[in-house]
Amino acid sequence: MKTAPQFFRHGPGPFARLFVFALLSCLLIAEDLRFKYFPELRQAIGIVIFPLQKIAYIPTHIYDQIEELIASFYLLEENIKLRERYLKDREQLLKLHALEAENIQLRQLLGAIQQIETNTKAKAVLAEIMYTPRDPFNHKITLNKGSFHDIQLGQAVIDDKGIVGQITRLYPWSSEVTLLTDKNHSVPVQVLRNSLRSVVSGTGKNDELELRYLSVSTDIRQGDLLVTSGIGGVYPPGIPVATVLRIEQDPIDDFAQVISTPVAGVDRNRQVLILSLAQPIPNNSLEMPKN
Amino acid sequence: MNRKKTKDRNLSPDNYCKQDVYIPPSGEYIATSLVIALILNFLPLQENILIFRPDFVAITIIYWSVNYPYKMGMSIAFGMGLMMDVGNTAILGQHALAYCIAVYLTLILGRRLRIFSLTQQAPQMGLILLAMQIVIVLVAIASGAHLPGWQYFSATVTGILLWVPISVLLSTPLKQKSDFNAL
Repeated sequence: MKTAPQFFRHGPGPFARLFVFALLSCLLIAEDLRFKYFPELRQAIGIVIFPLQKIAYIPTHIYDQIEELIASFYLLEENIKLRERYLKDREQLLKLHALEAENIQLRQLLGAIQQIETNTKAKAVLAEIMYTPRDPFNHKITLNKGSFHDIQLGQAVIDDKGIVGQITRLYPWSSEVTLLTDKNHSVPVQVLRNSLRSVVSGTGKNDELELRYLSVSTDIRQGDLLVTSGIGGVYPPGIPVATVLRIEQDPIDDFAQVISTPVAGVDRNRQVLILSLAQPIPNNSLEMPKN
Repeated sequence: MNRKKTKDRNLSPDNYCKQDVYIPPSGEYIATSLVIALILNFLPLQENILIFRPDFVAITIIYWSVNYPYKMGMSIAFGMGLMMDVGNTAILGQHALAYCIAVYLTLILGRRLRIFSLTQQAPQMGLILLAMQIVIVLVAIASGAHLPGWQYFSATVTGILLWVPISVLLSTPLKQKSDFNAL
């Protein structure tokens, strides 16, 4: 075929080309789902598309600026309101400090190990949501802070109401957060009312979490607030996660079906806080701290 | 552009001269259009608007592939798909596969599609967009996701509605201003 003039040469046919690219895609899908041999590929593409994401964020940024400008006319009013709220919060914070001191004292009296760091000392970085995917099966969001801003994998992300998720992928200038509702995401929690410990997992549906493997006779009620228990060291203890929506206690099943809904609203706010890790993750979680 | 043919059934020399002449797009022009489409896809939107957002990248790829198949290869579609995957926090290869299948469909149907006018093309593009979304859903289900609600496919409807404006927008800079009395 080498003698054929340029005009007639078209390369392989459409189906052959599709076959090659489909095979390549399937390999990539399998690689991404199971093996994860080259995370660098995703990193590289992430760096390439970052400027585009940044440009796409400009309209939102301008909108924010305008909103801020309008809000600046009402600064005095807002200032008074915030001052009131600050005083109220301050009162609670003072109580918290007193309780913390009392707690430490009681623990010392009991001879317990001081292993639980309270979340009042956690450092936080403010980040903005840069992108939420359209597909309903991606329970992930992209934030505008990355490894250049000292963000680490596994850090918890919260909003003003409660836990949003956890950082699962890092790019230099952005990061990906897996939301609570993701199917592969679980948070160790306890019921605030009776400190019953459990693990809450995402179901892959919006606004629905489930508590697995709770026996039918467990003391859990509708409307119970679930807060992080701090076990595992990723999430600082005491942050609201979800409220129990409904409980289906079918005697045929061994376990009760407890469906809860997350407290934090991811689709409603644009800013979130990235908390520093409560404690560095130990290599062997079974190893007890020496004391 | 062949797509004007059906409009002018009674083709007189006068009408023929009045037809718009389009110059073939340069590589830079196609690249720019794809980058703008990517930016449009990456716009952070509220959830209730997001559900109606069409896949601008897919529509742009299909437009170039239908009208200038020698300019839009499957490799470009594959690359754009990978970028969409990373930006969209999706499984790597999900959109790439969907875009390649879309290009394949347009390569097969392209010659037939070009006969129709833009408004007649729109619903047929809808079928290609729907096929693409189904591929994306199938890959997601293979990874263990739930079946999305029917609202997920509303992007195809907005895609059909936007086919004519996007096509006009993309072809306008290529229009050659020619005075047929010049000769």
